[in-house]
Amino acid sequence: MPDSIPKRSWRAWRGLLRPGDWGVVLAGFALCVGAGFWFWRGDAPDGVIVRASGRIFEKADLSHPRRIEVPGPLGITVVEIEPGRVRVASDPGPRQYCVRQGWLAHAGAVAICAPNEVSLTLTGRGAKYDSLSY
Amino acid sequence: MTRSVINLTPTPEDDRIARHAAAAIALAVAEAAIPLPLPGVKPGLANIITLVVLVRWGWREAAWVSLLRVFAASLLLGQFLAPGFFLSLAGALASLLALAGAAGLPKKWFGPVSHSIFAAFAHIGAQLILARAWLIPHDGVFYLAPLFGAAAVVFGLLNGLIATALLRDLPGQQEAPRP
Repeated sequence: MPDSIPKRSWRAWRGLLRPGDWGVVLAGFALCVGAGFWFWRGDAPDGVIVRASGRIFEKADLSHPRRIEVPGPLGITVVEIEPGRVRVASDPGPRQYCVRQGWLAHAGAVAICAPNEVSLTLTGRGAKYDSLSY
Repeated sequence: MTRSVINLTPTPEDDRIARHAAAAIALAVAEAAIPLPLPGVKPGLANIITLVVLVRWGWREAAWVSLLRVFAASLLLGQFLAPGFFLSLAGALASLLALAGAAGLPKKWFGPVSHSIFAAFAHIGAQLILARAWLIPHDGVFYLAPLFGAAAVVFGLLNGLIATALLRDLPGQQEAPRP
């Protein structure tokens, strides 16, 4: 082994990178930025709690699209889940407030179909409040 | 009972592995003295040795050197069979798998820097998955993933550059014949 490794200028260090290495470095940083957006979305919801008559009817995650039919005193409330968001697709209530709220996509967001006693709560970090009482 | 003498004659390969592993262990132990800004983020200087061995002597010797280092360094640091040891082992195994793949990339385009960054990502990925599955069963573990990823790129780049410089400057051995 030699006694010392020769000193290198910045240019010489740069010369040690092969063309594809540059690509890998850039792709690596891009991956970090992407991961930053993915993991630090702030108030992105991670699940939904569906309650009927005050009791938890179902807890679901928001990874797959699906529909949940929730029975209440007036009929069936249909909850529609898409990746990252939830809405009340239909409700037998007279004023349709919860349906007209549209898609919910923030942690802590709530839709209440009071006549049919069904409610949705999105869970996740960054929710602005823990619970609502009414 | 017959008395028998077992003679173990180390092959030149054994000698090389022992020498490289010793260098890697020294680096791993020295690195443990560096204060870390964030638990889990460290330069991984011992991997420089793995990278050099990979290019010069092939994947099998690199795997020996890497795993010997994980075991010996954890024994020296009193971490053996502690959670940190399993994280190191998972990281080392994943890195070796990544290196097996990365070593097959065209050499004209991809050098030790690429190997190093791929291995660093595999390392931190395996550690995060193991930590999530076993130590901290909550997705909050992934909250720091972007920082770990950035550390993987930066330290992967530095280690890869040092390995490339060593490969260029150290005289003597030729690159390993690829099987």
